[in-house]
Amino acid sequence: MTLEVILFAIFSTICAVSAVLMITRPSPVISALFLVLNFCSLAGLYLTLNAQFIAVAQVIVYAGAIMVFFLFVIMLLNPETERKFFEHKAKLRVFIIVIVALVLIQIIYVIFLSKPSQTITSEASRSIETGTVENIGREMFTNYVLPFEAAGYLLLAATIGALVLAKKKFE
Amino acid sequence: MQIPIEYYLILSAFMFSVGIVGVLTRRNAIIVFMCIELMLNSANLTLITFSSYLGDVGGQLFVFFVMAVAAAEAAVGLAIIIAIYRNKLTVNIDQINILKW
Repeated sequence: MTLEVILFAIFSTICAVSAVLMITRPSPVISALFLVLNFCSLAGLYLTLNAQFIAVAQVIVYAGAIMVFFLFVIMLLNPETERKFFEHKAKLRVFIIVIVALVLIQIIYVIFLSKPSQTITSEASRSIETGTVENIGREMFTNYVLPFEAAGYLLLAATIGALVLAKKKFE
Repeated sequence: MQIPIEYYLILSAFMFSVGIVGVLTRRNAIIVFMCIELMLNSANLTLITFSSYLGDVGGQLFVFFVMAVAAAEAAVGLAIIIAIYRNKLTVNIDQINILKW
């Protein structure tokens, strides 16, 4: 049992449990908080995968910005608690869970059948070198500079679109 | 790199399935939206896993762009939810069914 294995066990357990709790809690605020927990443990998993930059970006962008935004909207709307439309349609819910569980078992079977751990040879030193901020930055501003600019325009368009959509009325 | 790659892939598949169940069973539009974010994140986990195990930086850059698109999508989607709430005073997706046949 090395530290890597222990950390993976802890973070993956938190990740799976918080995901399940998120879709089963009736209150939207508690769901959002479990999603924040899920994102933070995902950042820990990214660290075990030697992706430092993405781990920090995950905490700042997802757990910070996007989830604060979600909580703001929940606060603004104050939606009625979901319990009253949570109970009926129980049969449909069981049906959906069974179907999705079957698909999940199928995916797991395929993953074990294809044995990616035997075909993919991984070196820890190369993996560590890949995830550094320096390496990602160099790649982003040389080979991926056009998608980077496009992402900037996309965010600008989304900002304007959100402002127009959420405005009281068009004049 | 002592952990087999399968474990990460299975965790990702599990999170994706949980997200699908959430999208299909929950009736609150905001929670449906959060489940979509969960599914995006499980796809991100797969990309990072392969990027790390193959030593290729492309997957991590792709995750970075996915984050940018997710931020844009969350902004526009939540603005749409606010606009719908203003018109219909509900976020229950069973009652928002104008386009349903």
